[in-house]
Amino acid sequence: MHADPKGVLTGLHFMDGDHAACEGAIAAGCRFAAGYPITPSTEVVERFAARIPLVGGVFIQMEDEIASSIAILGAAWAGQKVMTVTSGPGLSLMMEHIGLAAMTETPCVFVDVQRAGPSTGLPTLPAQGDMMQVRWGSHGDYGIIALSPNSPQECFDLAVKAFNLAELYRTPVFLMMDEVVGHMTERVAIPKAEEIEVVPRRWTARKPGEYKAYEPGEDLVPEMVKAGDGYRIHVTGLTHDERGYPAMNPQAQDRLVRRLVEKIRRNAHKLVDVRGDHLEDAEVVVVSYGITSRIAAAAVEEARQAGRKVGHLRLVIVWPFPEKVVAELAARVKAFVVPELNLGQMVYEVQRVVAGKAPVVSVPHAGGTVHQVDDILQKILEVAP
Amino acid sequence: MILCGMIIGKAAAIFDGKHATLIQAFGPEARGSAASAQVTLSDEPIGYPYVRRPDVLVVMSPDAYTTFLPTLKEGGTLLYESDLVQPDHQVPAGVKKWGVPATRLAEELGRRLVMNIVMVGFFAATTQLVSYEAAKKAVLDSVPKGTEELNVRAFEAGYNFGRELLVGEGHRVA
Repeated sequence: MHADPKGVLTGLHFMDGDHAACEGAIAAGCRFAAGYPITPSTEVVERFAARIPLVGGVFIQMEDEIASSIAILGAAWAGQKVMTVTSGPGLSLMMEHIGLAAMTETPCVFVDVQRAGPSTGLPTLPAQGDMMQVRWGSHGDYGIIALSPNSPQECFDLAVKAFNLAELYRTPVFLMMDEVVGHMTERVAIPKAEEIEVVPRRWTARKPGEYKAYEPGEDLVPEMVKAGDGYRIHVTGLTHDERGYPAMNPQAQDRLVRRLVEKIRRNAHKLVDVRGDHLEDAEVVVVSYGITSRIAAAAVEEARQAGRKVGHLRLVIVWPFPEKVVAELAARVKAFVVPELNLGQMVYEVQRVVAGKAPVVSVPHAGGTVHQVDDILQKILEVAP
Repeated sequence: MILCGMIIGKAAAIFDGKHATLIQAFGPEARGSAASAQVTLSDEPIGYPYVRRPDVLVVMSPDAYTTFLPTLKEGGTLLYESDLVQPDHQVPAGVKKWGVPATRLAEELGRRLVMNIVMVGFFAATTQLVSYEAAKKAVLDSVPKGTEELNVRAFEAGYNFGRELLVGEGHRVA
Protein backbone atom coordinates (compact mmCIF):
# COMPACT_ATOMS: atom_id res chain seq x y z
CA MET A 1 0.00 0.00 0.00
CA HIS A 2 1.19 3.51 -0.79
CA ALA A 3 1.00 6.75 1.14
CA ASP A 4 -2.08 8.92 0.78
CA PRO A 5 -0.87 11.79 -1.45
CA LYS A 6 -2.95 14.23 0.60
CA GLY A 7 -0.43 14.03 3.44
CA VAL A 8 2.80 13.94 1.44
CA LEU A 9 4.80 17.14 0.83
CA THR A 10 6.74 15.76 -2.13
CA GLY A 11 9.83 17.77 -2.99
CA LEU A 12 13.11 19.12 -1.67
CA HIS A 13 13.00 20.91 1.65
CA PHE A 14 15.49 22.62 3.92
CA MET A 15 13.92 21.37 7.11
CA ASP A 16 14.83 20.50 10.68
CA GLY A 17 14.61 17.00 12.08
CA ASP A 18 11.56 17.71 14.23
CA HIS A 19 9.58 18.93 11.24
CA ALA A 20 10.86 16.07 9.10
CA ALA A 21 9.75 13.51 11.70
CA CYS A 22 6.31 15.12 11.68
CA GLU A 23 6.14 14.92 7.88
CA GLY A 24 7.24 11.28 8.01
CA ALA A 25 4.46 10.51 10.48
CA ILE A 26 1.84 12.20 8.32
CA ALA A 27 3.15 10.47 5.19
CA ALA A 28 2.95 7.14 7.02
CA GLY A 29 -0.73 7.74 7.69
CA CYS A 30 -0.66 9.07 11.25
CA ARG A 31 -3.91 10.98 11.72
CA PHE A 32 -3.98 11.32 15.49
CA ALA A 33 -1.41 12.66 17.88
CA ALA A 34 -1.68 13.73 21.48
CA GLY A 35 1.13 15.44 23.27
CA TYR A 36 2.33 17.76 25.93
CA PRO A 37 4.93 20.07 24.34
CA ILE A 38 8.45 19.77 25.70
CA THR A 39 11.77 21.06 24.41
CA PRO A 40 13.43 19.89 22.17
CA SER A 41 10.48 17.99 20.69
CA THR A 42 7.93 20.81 20.58
CA GLU A 43 8.40 21.58 16.89
CA VAL A 44 7.14 18.11 15.98
CA VAL A 45 3.71 18.66 17.51
CA GLU A 46 3.65 22.34 16.59
CA ARG A 47 3.88 21.35 12.95
CA PHE A 48 1.50 18.42 13.40
CA ALA A 49 -1.10 20.70 15.00
CA ALA A 50 -0.84 23.12 12.07
CA ARG A 51 -0.78 20.50 9.32
CA ILE A 52 -3.08 17.72 10.44
CA PRO A 53 -6.45 19.49 10.13
CA LEU A 54 -5.65 19.94 6.42
CA VAL A 55 -5.40 16.17 5.91
CA GLY A 56 -8.35 15.17 8.05
CA GLY A 57 -6.66 14.30 11.33
CA VAL A 58 -6.63 15.46 14.92
CA PHE A 59 -4.06 16.78 17.36
CA ILE A 60 -4.90 17.18 21.02
CA GLN A 61 -2.67 19.00 23.44
CA MET A 62 -3.26 17.01 26.62
CA GLU A 63 -2.81 18.06 30.22
CA ASP A 64 0.39 16.03 30.59
CA GLU A 65 2.39 13.15 29.18
CA ILE A 66 0.46 10.52 31.12
CA ALA A 67 -2.75 11.62 29.42
CA SER A 68 -1.03 11.96 26.03
CA SER A 69 0.25 8.40 26.12
CA ILE A 70 -3.15 6.91 26.97
CA ALA A 71 -5.03 9.10 24.49
CA ILE A 72 -3.07 7.64 21.60
CA LEU A 73 -3.88 4.10 22.71
CA GLY A 74 -7.58 4.92 22.68
CA ALA A 75 -7.32 6.44 19.21
CA ALA A 76 -5.42 3.38 17.95
CA TRP A 77 -8.28 1.13 19.08
CA ALA A 78 -10.63 3.48 17.25
CA GLY A 79 -8.68 2.60 14.11
CA GLN A 80 -6.17 5.43 13.78
CA LYS A 81 -2.43 5.41 13.28
CA VAL A 82 -1.15 7.34 16.27
CA MET A 83 1.84 8.93 17.90
CA THR A 84 2.90 10.97 20.85
CA VAL A 85 6.01 13.13 21.02
CA THR A 86 8.16 13.96 24.01
CA SER A 87 11.60 14.19 25.58
CA GLY A 88 13.18 12.42 28.56
CA PRO A 89 11.09 13.87 31.41
CA GLY A 90 7.91 13.17 29.48
CA LEU A 91 9.05 9.70 28.48
CA SER A 92 9.55 8.90 32.16
CA LEU A 93 5.90 9.79 32.78
CA MET A 94 4.72 7.65 29.88
CA MET A 95 6.23 4.41 31.12
CA GLU A 96 3.00 2.98 32.54
CA HIS A 97 1.23 3.35 29.21
CA ILE A 98 4.16 2.05 27.24
CA GLY A 99 3.66 -1.14 29.23
CA LEU A 100 -0.07 -1.00 28.55
CA ALA A 101 0.60 -0.56 24.81
CA ALA A 102 2.93 -3.57 24.87
CA MET A 103 0.45 -5.67 26.86
CA THR A 104 -2.57 -4.75 24.72
CA GLU A 105 -0.48 -4.95 21.51
CA THR A 106 -1.53 -1.51 20.41
CA PRO A 107 0.31 -0.17 17.34
CA CYS A 108 1.72 3.23 18.30
CA VAL A 109 4.77 5.41 17.81
CA PHE A 110 6.60 7.37 20.49
CA VAL A 111 8.94 10.09 19.26
CA ASP A 112 11.59 10.86 21.89
CA VAL A 113 13.81 13.84 21.11
CA GLN A 114 16.45 13.19 23.72
CA ARG A 115 17.94 15.92 25.87
CA ALA A 116 20.46 15.66 28.67
CA GLY A 117 19.09 14.31 31.97
CA PRO A 118 18.39 13.06 34.54
CA SER A 119 15.27 15.01 35.48
CA THR A 120 14.93 18.43 33.83
CA GLY A 121 18.64 18.34 32.94
CA LEU A 122 19.60 20.46 29.93
CA PRO A 123 16.36 21.11 28.07
CA THR A 124 17.91 22.60 24.94
CA LEU A 125 20.97 20.38 24.65
CA PRO A 126 21.47 16.84 23.38
CA ALA A 127 22.05 13.45 24.93
CA GLN A 128 21.38 9.81 24.17
CA GLY A 129 20.47 8.96 27.72
CA ASP A 130 17.10 7.26 27.15
CA MET A 131 18.36 4.22 25.25
CA MET A 132 18.02 1.73 28.11
CA GLN A 133 14.92 3.35 29.57
CA VAL A 134 13.13 2.92 26.29
CA ARG A 135 13.94 -0.79 26.27
CA TRP A 136 13.36 -1.60 29.91
CA GLY A 137 11.50 1.36 31.41
CA SER A 138 8.08 -0.16 32.00
CA HIS A 139 7.74 -3.06 34.40
CA GLY A 140 7.48 -6.66 33.32
CA ASP A 141 8.68 -8.44 30.19
CA TYR A 142 7.91 -7.21 26.69
CA GLY A 143 9.64 -6.31 23.45
CA ILE A 144 9.82 -2.98 21.67
CA ILE A 145 11.46 -1.57 18.55
CA ALA A 146 13.61 1.59 18.54
CA LEU A 147 15.15 3.48 15.61
CA SER A 148 17.85 6.11 15.76
CA PRO A 149 18.06 8.71 12.96
CA ASN A 150 21.23 10.76 12.42
CA SER A 151 19.87 13.46 10.09
CA PRO A 152 16.64 15.27 9.26
CA GLN A 153 16.35 13.07 6.16
CA GLU A 154 16.42 9.98 8.36
CA CYS A 155 13.92 11.57 10.74
CA PHE A 156 11.51 11.51 7.82
CA ASP A 157 12.49 8.07 6.51
CA LEU A 158 12.58 6.38 9.89
CA ALA A 159 9.33 7.97 11.05
CA VAL A 160 7.67 6.21 8.11
CA LYS A 161 9.46 3.01 9.02
CA ALA A 162 8.47 3.34 12.70
CA PHE A 163 4.80 3.47 11.79
CA ASN A 164 5.15 0.51 9.46
CA LEU A 165 6.86 -1.59 12.12
CA ALA A 166 4.26 -0.61 14.72
CA GLU A 167 1.57 -2.02 12.43
CA LEU A 168 3.53 -5.14 11.51
CA TYR A 169 4.39 -6.12 15.07
CA ARG A 170 1.64 -4.38 17.03
CA THR A 171 4.07 -2.99 19.53
CA PRO A 172 5.20 0.44 20.67
CA VAL A 173 7.91 1.74 18.32
CA PHE A 174 10.27 4.51 19.38
CA LEU A 175 11.90 7.10 17.16
CA MET A 176 14.94 7.95 19.26
CA MET A 177 16.05 11.36 18.07
CA ASP A 178 18.19 13.81 20.01
CA GLU A 179 18.29 17.58 20.32
CA VAL A 180 20.91 18.04 17.57
CA VAL A 181 19.14 15.88 15.03
CA GLY A 182 15.79 17.43 15.99
CA HIS A 183 16.94 21.04 15.67
CA MET A 184 19.45 20.74 12.84
CA THR A 185 18.27 21.85 9.42
CA GLU A 186 19.39 20.01 6.29
CA ARG A 187 18.06 18.99 2.93
CA VAL A 188 15.14 16.59 3.20
CA ALA A 189 13.88 14.89 0.06
CA ILE A 190 10.28 13.76 0.41
CA PRO A 191 9.41 11.22 -2.30
CA LYS A 192 6.19 10.97 -4.24
CA ALA A 193 3.32 9.33 -2.36
CA GLU A 194 3.40 6.29 -4.65
CA GLU A 195 7.06 5.74 -3.76
CA ILE A 196 6.35 5.60 -0.01
CA GLU A 197 5.45 2.10 1.17
CA VAL A 198 2.92 2.17 3.97
CA VAL A 199 1.88 -0.87 6.01
CA PRO A 200 -1.87 -0.94 6.71
CA ARG A 201 -3.34 -2.21 9.96
CA ARG A 202 -3.63 -5.97 10.13
CA TRP A 203 -7.42 -6.06 10.12
CA THR A 204 -9.00 -9.48 10.56
CA ALA A 205 -10.99 -11.07 7.76
CA ARG A 206 -12.87 -13.18 10.28
CA LYS A 207 -16.47 -12.55 11.21
CA PRO A 208 -17.67 -11.51 14.67
CA GLY A 209 -18.06 -14.70 16.71
CA GLU A 210 -15.15 -16.41 14.92
CA TYR A 211 -12.58 -13.77 15.77
CA LYS A 212 -10.42 -13.92 18.89
CA ALA A 213 -8.69 -10.66 19.73
CA TYR A 214 -5.41 -12.23 20.87
CA GLU A 215 -5.11 -15.34 18.76
CA PRO A 216 -1.64 -15.02 17.23
CA GLY A 217 -0.79 -15.63 13.60
CA GLU A 218 2.28 -17.55 12.43
CA ASP A 219 4.55 -14.60 13.20
CA LEU A 220 3.02 -14.45 16.71
CA VAL A 221 1.12 -11.25 15.92
CA PRO A 222 -2.70 -11.29 16.28
CA GLU A 223 -5.07 -9.57 13.83
CA MET A 224 -6.91 -6.47 14.88
CA VAL A 225 -10.38 -4.97 14.86
CA LYS A 226 -11.52 -1.56 15.93
CA ALA A 227 -14.21 -0.21 18.16
CA GLY A 228 -17.51 0.17 16.32
CA ASP A 229 -16.99 -2.69 13.84
CA GLY A 230 -19.43 -4.94 15.68
CA TYR A 231 -16.91 -7.27 17.30
CA ARG A 232 -17.15 -8.00 21.02
CA ILE A 233 -13.65 -7.40 22.26
CA HIS A 234 -12.03 -6.88 25.60
CA VAL A 235 -8.78 -4.94 25.87
CA THR A 236 -7.06 -5.05 29.23
CA GLY A 237 -3.70 -4.55 30.87
CA LEU A 238 -4.39 -7.64 32.96
CA THR A 239 -2.91 -10.89 31.81
CA HIS A 240 -5.45 -12.22 29.32
CA ASP A 241 -6.34 -15.25 27.25
CA GLU A 242 -6.78 -15.36 23.47
CA ARG A 243 -10.24 -13.82 23.76
CA GLY A 244 -8.72 -10.89 25.64
CA TYR A 245 -10.39 -11.73 28.96
CA PRO A 246 -8.43 -11.66 32.21
CA ALA A 247 -6.81 -15.01 33.01
CA MET A 248 -5.14 -14.87 36.39
CA ASN A 249 -2.85 -17.88 36.33
CA PRO A 250 0.79 -18.70 35.60
CA GLN A 251 -0.02 -20.66 32.42
CA ALA A 252 -1.79 -17.71 30.78
CA GLN A 253 0.98 -15.40 31.99
CA ASP A 254 3.65 -17.61 30.47
CA ARG A 255 1.83 -17.97 27.16
CA LEU A 256 1.09 -14.26 26.77
CA VAL A 257 4.24 -12.64 28.06
CA ARG A 258 6.51 -15.11 26.33
CA ARG A 259 4.77 -14.24 23.07
CA LEU A 260 5.13 -10.48 23.65
CA VAL A 261 8.87 -10.99 23.94
CA GLU A 262 9.15 -13.67 21.26
CA LYS A 263 7.26 -11.79 18.53
CA ILE A 264 10.18 -9.36 18.45
CA ARG A 265 12.95 -11.83 19.30
CA ARG A 266 11.90 -14.43 16.75
CA ASN A 267 11.54 -11.78 14.03
CA ALA A 268 14.79 -10.02 15.01
CA HIS A 269 16.52 -11.12 11.78
CA LYS A 270 13.92 -9.11 9.84
CA LEU A 271 14.54 -6.15 12.12
CA VAL A 272 18.24 -5.73 11.39
CA ASP A 273 18.98 -2.29 10.00
CA VAL A 274 22.65 -1.37 10.25
CA ARG A 275 25.09 0.52 8.04
CA GLY A 276 28.63 -0.78 7.74
CA ASP A 277 31.68 1.12 6.56
CA HIS A 278 35.13 -0.42 6.03
CA LEU A 279 34.07 -3.57 7.89
CA GLU A 280 35.75 -5.92 5.37
CA ASP A 281 39.27 -5.38 6.65
CA ALA A 282 38.44 -3.90 10.05
CA GLU A 283 40.44 -4.91 13.10
CA VAL A 284 38.68 -2.36 15.27
CA VAL A 285 34.98 -1.58 14.91
CA VAL A 286 33.33 1.58 16.16
CA VAL A 287 29.67 0.93 17.05
CA SER A 288 27.48 4.02 17.16
CA TYR A 289 23.98 5.33 16.56
CA GLY A 290 22.14 8.62 16.07
CA ILE A 291 24.01 11.91 16.03
CA THR A 292 27.12 10.26 17.48
CA SER A 293 27.45 8.18 14.31
CA ARG A 294 28.31 11.31 12.33
CA ILE A 295 31.17 12.15 14.65
CA ALA A 296 32.23 8.50 14.76
CA ALA A 297 32.29 8.34 10.96
CA ALA A 298 34.67 11.32 10.85
CA ALA A 299 36.90 9.69 13.50
CA VAL A 300 36.97 6.42 11.54
CA GLU A 301 38.02 8.22 8.37
CA GLU A 302 40.83 10.01 10.21
CA ALA A 303 42.02 6.77 11.78
CA ARG A 304 42.08 5.08 8.39
CA GLN A 305 44.08 7.97 6.97
CA ALA A 306 46.50 7.29 9.81
CA GLY A 307 46.78 3.73 8.51
CA ARG A 308 44.60 1.95 11.08
CA LYS A 309 42.21 -0.78 9.98
CA VAL A 310 39.05 0.60 11.51
CA GLY A 311 35.45 0.04 10.52
CA HIS A 312 32.17 1.61 11.52
CA LEU A 313 28.92 -0.14 12.38
CA ARG A 314 25.98 2.22 12.71
CA LEU A 315 22.81 0.96 14.34
CA VAL A 316 19.74 2.35 12.59
CA ILE A 317 17.42 -0.04 14.40
CA VAL A 318 18.90 -0.08 17.90
CA TRP A 319 16.26 -2.33 19.51
CA PRO A 320 16.11 -5.20 18.96
CA PHE A 321 19.88 -5.11 19.22
CA PRO A 322 21.51 -6.67 16.10
CA GLU A 323 23.07 -9.54 18.04
CA LYS A 324 24.02 -11.67 15.03
CA VAL A 325 25.83 -8.84 13.25
CA VAL A 326 27.86 -7.92 16.32
CA ALA A 327 28.57 -11.56 17.22
CA GLU A 328 29.94 -12.22 13.70
CA LEU A 329 32.22 -9.21 13.98
CA ALA A 330 33.32 -10.29 17.47
CA ALA A 331 34.60 -13.54 15.99
CA ARG A 332 37.10 -11.73 13.77
CA VAL A 333 37.96 -8.26 15.09
CA LYS A 334 40.34 -7.24 17.84
CA ALA A 335 38.35 -4.54 19.65
CA PHE A 336 35.17 -2.51 19.72
CA VAL A 337 34.86 1.19 20.50
CA VAL A 338 31.42 2.47 21.55
CA PRO A 339 30.92 6.25 21.73
CA GLU A 340 27.54 7.46 22.95
CA LEU A 341 26.07 10.58 24.55
CA ASN A 342 25.61 8.91 27.91
CA LEU A 343 27.94 7.42 30.48
CA GLY A 344 27.52 3.90 29.10
CA GLN A 345 24.29 2.29 27.88
CA MET A 346 24.38 0.48 24.53
CA VAL A 347 28.01 -0.42 25.27
CA TYR A 348 26.60 -3.00 27.69
CA GLU A 349 24.69 -4.63 24.85
CA VAL A 350 27.85 -4.76 22.77
CA GLN A 351 29.73 -6.29 25.72
CA ARG A 352 26.94 -8.82 26.29
CA VAL A 353 27.05 -10.02 22.70
CA VAL A 354 30.83 -9.86 22.29
CA ALA A 355 30.98 -11.98 25.45
CA GLY A 356 34.65 -11.49 26.18
CA LYS A 357 35.91 -12.36 22.67
CA ALA A 358 37.35 -8.83 22.31
CA PRO A 359 37.76 -5.76 24.48
CA VAL A 360 34.83 -3.35 24.29
CA VAL A 361 35.83 0.23 25.06
CA SER A 362 33.29 2.87 26.01
CA VAL A 363 33.68 6.51 24.94
CA PRO A 364 31.22 8.08 27.35
CA HIS A 365 29.93 11.65 27.27
CA ALA A 366 27.51 13.17 29.78
CA GLY A 367 25.66 15.11 27.06
CA GLY A 368 25.06 18.80 26.47
CA THR A 369 26.97 18.69 23.19
CA VAL A 370 28.37 15.99 20.94
CA HIS A 371 31.75 14.27 21.14
CA GLN A 372 34.73 15.92 19.55
CA VAL A 373 36.11 13.84 16.68
CA ASP A 374 39.36 13.63 18.65
CA ASP A 375 37.65 12.04 21.69
CA ILE A 376 36.70 9.06 19.56
CA LEU A 377 39.86 9.08 17.45
CA GLN A 378 42.08 8.86 20.55
CA LYS A 379 40.21 5.78 21.82
CA ILE A 380 40.50 4.17 18.39
CA LEU A 381 44.25 4.82 18.29
CA GLU A 382 44.66 3.36 21.79
CA VAL A 383 43.18 0.01 20.77
CA ALA A 384 44.01 -0.16 17.05
CA PRO A 385 47.19 -2.04 16.17
CA MET B 1 19.97 36.04 11.96
CA ILE B 2 18.43 32.59 12.02
CA LEU B 3 16.59 33.41 8.78
CA CYS B 4 19.91 34.52 7.23
CA GLY B 5 21.38 31.12 8.06
CA MET B 6 18.27 29.39 6.80
CA ILE B 7 18.40 31.20 3.45
CA ILE B 8 22.12 30.63 2.94
CA GLY B 9 21.78 26.96 3.86
CA LYS B 10 18.78 26.55 1.61
CA ALA B 11 20.58 28.27 -1.27
CA ALA B 12 23.43 25.80 -1.00
CA ALA B 13 21.47 22.63 -0.19
CA ILE B 14 18.45 23.04 -2.44
CA PHE B 15 19.42 25.41 -5.25
CA ASP B 16 23.19 24.92 -5.59
CA GLY B 17 22.99 21.14 -5.01
CA LYS B 18 25.62 21.13 -2.26
CA HIS B 19 25.40 20.05 1.37
CA ALA B 20 24.43 22.38 4.19
CA THR B 21 23.75 21.97 7.87
CA LEU B 22 22.20 24.72 9.95
CA ILE B 23 22.34 24.68 13.74
CA GLN B 24 20.39 27.28 15.64
CA ALA B 25 22.07 28.12 18.90
CA PHE B 26 19.80 29.28 21.64
CA GLY B 27 19.27 28.67 25.32
CA PRO B 28 16.05 29.20 27.26
CA GLU B 29 17.36 32.68 28.02
CA ALA B 30 17.94 33.44 24.35
CA ARG B 31 14.35 33.21 23.14
CA GLY B 32 13.54 36.66 21.80
CA SER B 33 17.00 38.07 22.40
CA ALA B 34 20.44 37.12 21.12
CA ALA B 35 20.47 34.23 18.69
CA SER B 36 23.07 32.70 16.46
CA ALA B 37 23.01 30.42 13.46
CA GLN B 38 25.85 28.09 12.55
CA VAL B 39 25.96 27.03 8.91
CA THR B 40 28.28 24.45 7.42
CA LEU B 41 28.53 24.41 3.63
CA SER B 42 30.29 21.57 1.86
CA ASP B 43 30.60 19.67 -1.39
CA GLU B 44 30.66 16.46 0.70
CA PRO B 45 28.13 15.13 3.23
CA ILE B 46 28.62 16.85 6.59
CA GLY B 47 29.57 14.90 9.72
CA TYR B 48 30.33 17.04 12.75
CA PRO B 49 27.35 19.39 12.89
CA TYR B 50 28.60 22.36 14.93
CA VAL B 51 30.81 25.22 13.75
CA ARG B 52 33.69 25.66 16.17
CA ARG B 53 36.01 27.91 14.13
CA PRO B 54 34.02 29.67 11.39
CA ASP B 55 35.67 30.63 8.11
CA VAL B 56 33.11 33.39 7.83
CA LEU B 57 31.65 35.32 10.76
CA VAL B 58 28.62 37.55 10.17
CA VAL B 59 27.80 39.94 13.01
CA MET B 60 24.92 42.37 13.24
CA SER B 61 25.49 43.66 16.79
CA PRO B 62 28.38 44.72 19.04
CA ASP B 63 27.51 41.86 21.43
CA ALA B 64 27.79 39.30 18.67
CA TYR B 65 31.09 40.82 17.60
CA THR B 66 32.56 40.56 21.10
CA THR B 67 31.20 37.07 21.73
CA PHE B 68 32.12 35.40 18.47
CA LEU B 69 35.21 37.24 17.15
CA PRO B 70 37.58 34.98 19.14
CA THR B 71 36.15 31.94 17.31
CA LEU B 72 36.93 33.28 13.81
CA LYS B 73 39.44 31.17 11.96
CA GLU B 74 42.84 32.61 11.09
CA GLY B 75 42.65 34.20 7.67
CA GLY B 76 38.86 34.08 7.83
CA THR B 77 36.29 36.64 6.77
CA LEU B 78 34.41 39.08 8.99
CA LEU B 79 31.18 40.53 7.62
CA TYR B 80 29.58 43.18 9.79
CA GLU B 81 26.81 45.75 10.00
CA SER B 82 28.99 48.83 9.61
CA ASP B 83 26.71 51.29 11.45
CA LEU B 84 26.40 48.98 14.47
CA VAL B 85 29.76 47.24 14.67
CA GLN B 86 33.19 48.88 14.64
CA PRO B 87 35.91 46.27 14.22
CA ASP B 88 38.85 47.14 16.48
CA HIS B 89 42.43 46.01 17.05
CA GLN B 90 41.18 42.61 18.23
CA VAL B 91 40.57 41.51 14.65
CA PRO B 92 43.54 39.28 13.88
CA ALA B 93 45.85 40.28 11.05
CA GLY B 94 45.00 38.47 7.84
CA VAL B 95 41.25 38.51 8.46
CA LYS B 96 39.27 39.99 5.56
CA LYS B 97 36.85 42.63 6.86
CA TRP B 98 33.86 43.84 4.90
CA GLY B 99 31.11 46.02 6.32
CA VAL B 100 27.69 46.93 5.01
CA PRO B 101 25.23 49.50 6.46
CA ALA B 102 22.48 46.89 6.26
CA THR B 103 20.04 48.73 8.53
CA ARG B 104 20.38 51.98 6.58
CA LEU B 105 19.98 50.22 3.22
CA ALA B 106 16.90 48.45 4.57
CA GLU B 107 15.44 51.72 5.85
CA GLU B 108 15.99 53.27 2.43
CA LEU B 109 13.83 50.47 1.02
CA GLY B 110 11.13 51.33 3.54
CA ARG B 111 11.38 48.43 5.99
CA ARG B 112 14.13 48.15 8.57
CA LEU B 113 13.10 44.53 9.09
CA VAL B 114 14.74 43.42 5.83
CA MET B 115 18.24 44.28 7.06
CA ASN B 116 18.94 40.55 7.39
CA ILE B 117 18.08 39.99 3.73
CA VAL B 118 20.45 42.84 2.81
CA MET B 119 23.08 40.89 4.72
CA VAL B 120 22.29 37.69 2.80
CA GLY B 121 22.92 39.57 -0.45
CA PHE B 122 26.13 41.02 0.95
CA PHE B 123 27.22 37.54 2.07
CA ALA B 124 26.55 36.05 -1.36
CA ALA B 125 28.49 38.83 -3.14
CA THR B 126 31.52 38.91 -0.85
CA THR B 127 32.04 35.23 -0.02
CA GLN B 128 30.75 33.76 -3.29
CA LEU B 129 29.98 30.59 -1.30
CA VAL B 130 26.47 30.50 -2.71
CA SER B 131 25.53 31.58 -6.21
CA TYR B 132 23.55 34.73 -6.88
CA GLU B 133 20.75 32.74 -8.49
CA ALA B 134 20.53 30.19 -5.69
CA ALA B 135 20.57 32.84 -2.98
CA LYS B 136 17.85 34.84 -4.70
CA LYS B 137 15.69 31.74 -5.12
CA ALA B 138 16.23 30.86 -1.47
CA VAL B 139 15.14 34.36 -0.43
CA LEU B 140 11.96 34.04 -2.50
CA ASP B 141 11.32 30.61 -1.04
CA SER B 142 11.75 31.76 2.56
CA VAL B 143 9.95 35.08 2.95
CA PRO B 144 6.23 35.62 3.63
CA LYS B 145 3.92 35.86 0.63
CA GLY B 146 3.36 39.45 -0.46
CA THR B 147 6.83 40.57 0.65
CA GLU B 148 8.78 39.00 -2.21
CA GLU B 149 9.44 42.20 -4.12
CA LEU B 150 10.69 44.10 -1.07
CA ASN B 151 12.92 41.22 -0.04
CA VAL B 152 14.41 40.76 -3.50
CA ARG B 153 15.22 44.48 -3.55
CA ALA B 154 16.84 44.14 -0.13
CA PHE B 155 18.84 41.15 -1.36
CA GLU B 156 20.00 43.03 -4.43
CA ALA B 157 20.88 46.13 -2.41
CA GLY B 158 23.18 44.02 -0.24
CA TYR B 159 24.53 42.09 -3.20
CA ASN B 160 25.34 45.21 -5.22
CA PHE B 161 26.92 46.91 -2.22
CA GLY B 162 29.19 43.89 -1.70
CA ARG B 163 30.06 43.63 -5.36
CA GLU B 164 31.01 47.29 -5.63
CA LEU B 165 33.06 47.02 -2.46
CA LEU B 166 35.01 44.12 -3.91
CA VAL B 167 35.45 45.80 -7.29
CA GLY B 168 36.63 48.96 -5.49
CA GLU B 169 39.27 46.89 -3.71
CA GLY B 170 40.42 45.46 -7.01
CA HIS B 171 39.01 41.93 -6.52
CA ARG B 172 37.82 40.02 -9.50
CA VAL B 173 34.06 39.49 -9.24
CA ALA B 174 32.12 36.81 -11.07
